[in-house]
Amino acid sequence: MPNISATEADAVFRERINAVEATATLCADVPLPLDSGESFGPIEVAYHTYGTLNADRSNAILVCHALTGDQYAVLPHPLTGKPGWWSNLIGPGKVIDTDKYFLVCANVLGGCMGTTGPKSINPATGEPYMLDFPVITVGDMVRLHARLLDHLGIERLFAAIGGSMGGMQVLQFAAAYPERVLCALPIAACARYSAQNIAFDEVGRQAIMADLEWCNGRYLLEDRVPHKGLAVARMAAHITYLSEAALTRKFGRKLQGREKVGFGFDADFEVESYLRHQGSTFVERFDANSYLYITRAMDYFDMPAEHGGNLANAFRDTPVRFCVISFTSDWLFPTRDSQAIVRALNAAAASVSFVEVHSDKGHDAFLLDEPELHETIKGFLDGAAERAGLAFPEASR
Amino acid sequence: MIAPTPISANLRIDLKIIAEMIDPHTRVLDIGCGDGELLAYLQQHREVDARGMELSMQGVQKAVARGLAVIQGDADIDLVDYPDDAFDYVILSKTLQATHNPRAVVEQMLRIGRHAIVSFPNFAHWRTRLDLALRGRMPVNELLPYSWYETPNIHFCTIRDFVDLCRTMDVRIKASVSLDADGDVQRFTADSRWANLLGVDAVFLLGK
Repeated sequence: MPNISATEADAVFRERINAVEATATLCADVPLPLDSGESFGPIEVAYHTYGTLNADRSNAILVCHALTGDQYAVLPHPLTGKPGWWSNLIGPGKVIDTDKYFLVCANVLGGCMGTTGPKSINPATGEPYMLDFPVITVGDMVRLHARLLDHLGIERLFAAIGGSMGGMQVLQFAAAYPERVLCALPIAACARYSAQNIAFDEVGRQAIMADLEWCNGRYLLEDRVPHKGLAVARMAAHITYLSEAALTRKFGRKLQGREKVGFGFDADFEVESYLRHQGSTFVERFDANSYLYITRAMDYFDMPAEHGGNLANAFRDTPVRFCVISFTSDWLFPTRDSQAIVRALNAAAASVSFVEVHSDKGHDAFLLDEPELHETIKGFLDGAAERAGLAFPEASR
Repeated sequence: MIAPTPISANLRIDLKIIAEMIDPHTRVLDIGCGDGELLAYLQQHREVDARGMELSMQGVQKAVARGLAVIQGDADIDLVDYPDDAFDYVILSKTLQATHNPRAVVEQMLRIGRHAIVSFPNFAHWRTRLDLALRGRMPVNELLPYSWYETPNIHFCTIRDFVDLCRTMDVRIKASVSLDADGDVQRFTADSRWANLLGVDAVFLLGK
C-alpha cells in the first residue's frame, strides 16, 4: 500500500462520491416571493451534490439540514474539520448509497455557510444585511430549494429526507410540491412547532440579544462578535437535543479534573465543561443573526394553520409515499408530533410508514448510528426504488 | 439489499385463504399485519396497494424494512383516522380476539373498507369444549398456547357468536371458510353447525 496523505485521501474520497461544491445565483430575474409578503432576490445558494444523476434524472434525493446544519452532509466541515453531519448515513454502499442516488444538499435561506443570509452583503447598501434581512419561513426555504432543483434540471425528486428542521422542510416540500417528490422522509420532525420549542428558541435569541457585543445586530460592522450570547443559546439548545438518560450515562455527576467540588463557579462538573465546549466551538462556525432568523422561521412553522386548521388538507390526494420516523427519548420533537402527521396522512388516505425508533439519545439520535433508524430508511428507500422501477447509474467504480 | 423473503411457499394457511379472497389491483389495509408477511405476498402476487397497521414496533420495523407502508397503530384506537371507503379490503387476521372492543373494530373496518376479512380461532372447537367439560380448565394447547393470566386474547368467541354478531350488526357474510387442526379447509361453510364444532379457525369475508 502506498502511503497517501490526508489531502490525497480526501481527494480520492471526493472523486469516489463524485462530490461537487457549488454556489448558484438564483431569483435574480424573478425574485423569491416570501411568506411575509416581500419579494427577495438575487439569492446565492451554496450546495453540494454527491453521486451521479441517472439518464432520466429520476434518482435525485434532496437532503435537508437542521437548524445549525449546512450543506456539509458528507464532506468534512471546513471550519471544524469534523466529518459531514450525515456521513454515517450517506456514502458509497451506505444506507443512502452515493453509487445509486444523486444527492443534493443546500445551505438554507438565511444560513451562514454560503447561502444568502444576514451576514451576506446587501447589494443595495454594500453592507451586510444584518437585521435588514427579511424574516423568512420554512416555506420560503423550501420555495428556494425548488428554485435550486429547477436550476439543476431536476423536475422530480426520488426522495426528500431530513431530520428536525430538515424534516419540517421535507413535509413542507411534499405539501407544496406533491408532484415533484416521490418519497418523503421527515425524521424527528413536526407539522406544528410547539409552544415549548418556541420558548426554548426565545431563550436562545434573548441570550444573543442581551450580549452587548451583539450591537443591536450590527456587530459585523463594529468588528465584534456576540460570542457569549451565542454560546449560551447553543448551550441551552444543546440540552434539548439530548435526554436525561443520555446526560446521566455520559456525565452523571462526574467532576471535571478535580477530586471534590470547588465551592466556586468554575466548571466543577463534566457536564458543565462539555456544554461550555459545545457553546464555544459553535460560535466559531455560526452567525448569531442567522441563529435569530432560522429559529424564528421554525417558530412560525404551523402547517395545520396554513390548511384550514386541518393538517390532512395539506395532503389530500397526495401521490407522495411518506416514511415518518420518531425516537422514544426525543422530547423536543416527541413521538406524538410524528403521530399527528401520521394521523393526518391516514385521514388523507396517503401511503405512510411510521416507525418509532427505540433510543435513549434524545433528539440527536437522528444524527447517530442507530441501527433501527438506518434499517428503516434503507428498507423504505429500497422498496420505493423497486416500486418506481428506478434505474441506477452505471457503477461509478 | 433486503433479503428477498420467501413468502408464497410457507404463507400461513389462513393467510393463503385470505389472499384468495382479494381481487388484484385493489386497496388493502391489514390490521395487525405483524412483519408484513401477507401484505408482501399481496403486493407481489395480487399487485394491491398494500397498507398495514401493527401494534408491535418490532413488527412495524421489519415490515417497513421490507418496503411496505406500515404504521405503528392500535386497531381499537387508530382506525377512526381513516376516511370512509378508503380501502377495498380491510383485514384483521387472528387479532379480533385481542381487541378491547371487537364490535366497534368490525364496524370501523366496514366503514373504512368496502369489505372486511376477519379470521379468528373458534372457541367452540370440540377440544376446547372437552378441556372445559372434562378437565374444568381453560384450554392451553398448541392452538391456544397462553395461560389465562397472560393471554393477549381477551375476547374469545365461537363461530356461532361471530355469525350472531354479524346478524346483529346487519353485516353481510359474503364467504366463510373453516379450517381443521391441520389447517386444511373444511367442506362445510364456516357459518354451519359442523364448523362450530370441528373448525379450529374461521375466515369470514364481510360486506355492507
